[in-house]
Amino acid sequence: MTKPAIAIDVQDAKRLFTQSAGAFAGTRVVRAVDGVSLQVREGSCFGIVGESGCGKSTLARLIMGLLPLSSGDILVDGQRLSAMDRKARARLIQPVFQDPFSSLNPRHSIADLVGLPLTAQGIAGRERGTRVAEMLERVGLPGAIANRQPAQLSGGQRQRVAIARALVLRPRIVVCDEPTSALDVSVQAQILNLLADLQAEFGLTYVFISHNLAVVEHVCDEVAVMYLGRIVEHAPTAELFETPTHPYTKALLASVLTPEPGLGIPDVGLGDAYPDPANIPTGCRFHPRCPAGQPPCITETPAPRFGAGRMVECLLAPPPSTASVSPV
Amino acid sequence: MTPEPLLEVADLRVRFGARVEAVRGVSLTVNKGETHCLVGESGCGKSVTALATMGLLARGAVRSSGRLRFAGQDLTNLSERELSKLRGDRMAMIFQEPMTSLNPAFTIGSQMAEVMQRHRKVTRAEAMERAGFLLFKVGITNPALRLGQFPHQLSGGLRQRVMIAMALMCEPELLIADEPTTALDVTVQAQILRLLAGFQRELGLGILLITHDLGVVARVAHRVSVMYAGEVVESAPASQLFANPTHPYTRGLLASVPVPGKIARGSRLGSIPGTVPRIGPGFAGCGFRDRCGHASEACAGPIAVQQAGPDHIYRCQLQASWPQDQAA
Repeated sequence: MTKPAIAIDVQDAKRLFTQSAGAFAGTRVVRAVDGVSLQVREGSCFGIVGESGCGKSTLARLIMGLLPLSSGDILVDGQRLSAMDRKARARLIQPVFQDPFSSLNPRHSIADLVGLPLTAQGIAGRERGTRVAEMLERVGLPGAIANRQPAQLSGGQRQRVAIARALVLRPRIVVCDEPTSALDVSVQAQILNLLADLQAEFGLTYVFISHNLAVVEHVCDEVAVMYLGRIVEHAPTAELFETPTHPYTKALLASVLTPEPGLGIPDVGLGDAYPDPANIPTGCRFHPRCPAGQPPCITETPAPRFGAGRMVECLLAPPPSTASVSPV
Repeated sequence: MTPEPLLEVADLRVRFGARVEAVRGVSLTVNKGETHCLVGESGCGKSVTALATMGLLARGAVRSSGRLRFAGQDLTNLSERELSKLRGDRMAMIFQEPMTSLNPAFTIGSQMAEVMQRHRKVTRAEAMERAGFLLFKVGITNPALRLGQFPHQLSGGLRQRVMIAMALMCEPELLIADEPTTALDVTVQAQILRLLAGFQRELGLGILLITHDLGVVARVAHRVSVMYAGEVVESAPASQLFANPTHPYTRGLLASVPVPGKIARGSRLGSIPGTVPRIGPGFAGCGFRDRCGHASEACAGPIAVQQAGPDHIYRCQLQASWPQDQAA
């Protein structure tokens, strides 16, 4: 079997923001994405998880080219993202955002919303109409919905519209930023099933960002765990969930509440030190919250360690060994 | 003889105007030291049930109730003045989004102290002291600093801790918590739920917890009521409900949640087709019948409440022993 091509290659990407801290306090620098490298294989679903403020949405925006990089590089299909023009980028990568209530213009009809990417590429008239109708049908929406406005739709229908709009240009990559977080569980299941069907049908590559680990476990092939702007652990999904090695990954997994009564509420042991991307701790950036922290963690910055298709950035974690590799 | 429940709601109905009946005959009880979870999807009437219980419905909503008793006291014929004496004192409420329920113009300390000064003859200094003590109890480091800060200076997790501390100012007997952890990260969610469970053990608090998250329900509930379209469709002790879900809607809900390690990765999730109907006064039959795979003509008629086990009721035509593997 040949190795699948790399769809997205993020090379040491950094994005800093400067933030005014008040009239007399000057500015502070928020290191939202602080040196991220990752590769997304063509046709796979790549999950990024982490708490709010860890930089996962900023990373998504960088990958979509909606924000310029402070340093580093992102290659999509072997081309530098920053060198592509907007139209070419739109044909290649499309987003699906969390909140279908705010990502769809309430004054436009559904047909206009879904057709907008086509209009932007200079596709109009009958062809536009046909492609919009096809796509609406494909995402499971009745044709009669085309003339309605977003307010007349349910949350699940709106998210289907957002998906139809993302796919109408037939992109190869879709970046889903919390695509089901605003939805009810039964609707979430419908949307996840739809995303899986569309991936199989169109051979899509997904970057799937979520704080819901159960969802990520269900849909993703690989998962990267982000903490304060860096990826601290990265592994194939099954291995990450079976043998997490970074203490932060362990805590995240422990705090997933599955519907199994009698297990009680886990004590994740992360303490009360909330991470602040404008004030990143010395040494290992996770050390103030780490339940397993040792003195060296306060001063020594861990380097990423690779092996067996995994990566971990922790002084204490065992190096990724070949023992945990499952045959591909 | 069983002791009188702390909160007893029987046949609660809430109408908005002539066309919408949001709550249709809900009955539930909360005992001292017990957590009763009210679970359902958006629009099922769970929040309206909570607001109606507290007497906090918006103008235009009409409540009628067979019975609404709190600690032996009939709430239905209390005046607004008498009710507001109870609220914040013996019964307290926590809302989902702490940013919108805290006043941005006042410090944390002054908002917390106000609650106590309103109900108890205490000085400002005494109230502040208790506020500081409770902030410490909910795991906020440096309470003295936090008391002088404004809500926007706190993270979401901290704000929700403040809300909990504020609700506990007057040592309530009943706490109604409406999605208290939905806006929070999973790690913080676990901490907040542990905190609530600790206070429950310490104070014998009765908690009515409203949530859509079956994971939370499984971990904290003693008793669960599942709501759909304004009705409780199933109610049972938590272990019973998860071991032996009987209403097709409950089974559908449980099948749509991805569970790491239990549901194969990438397999299709169970989902419930269709959307929640809008139900007005005079609606007859089962509200779920349009979405139910087992609906028959009988479902348009009156639906009897059946027993599926001791203390386990459900509102459906099907026999309690209908095959489990045919979940909706």
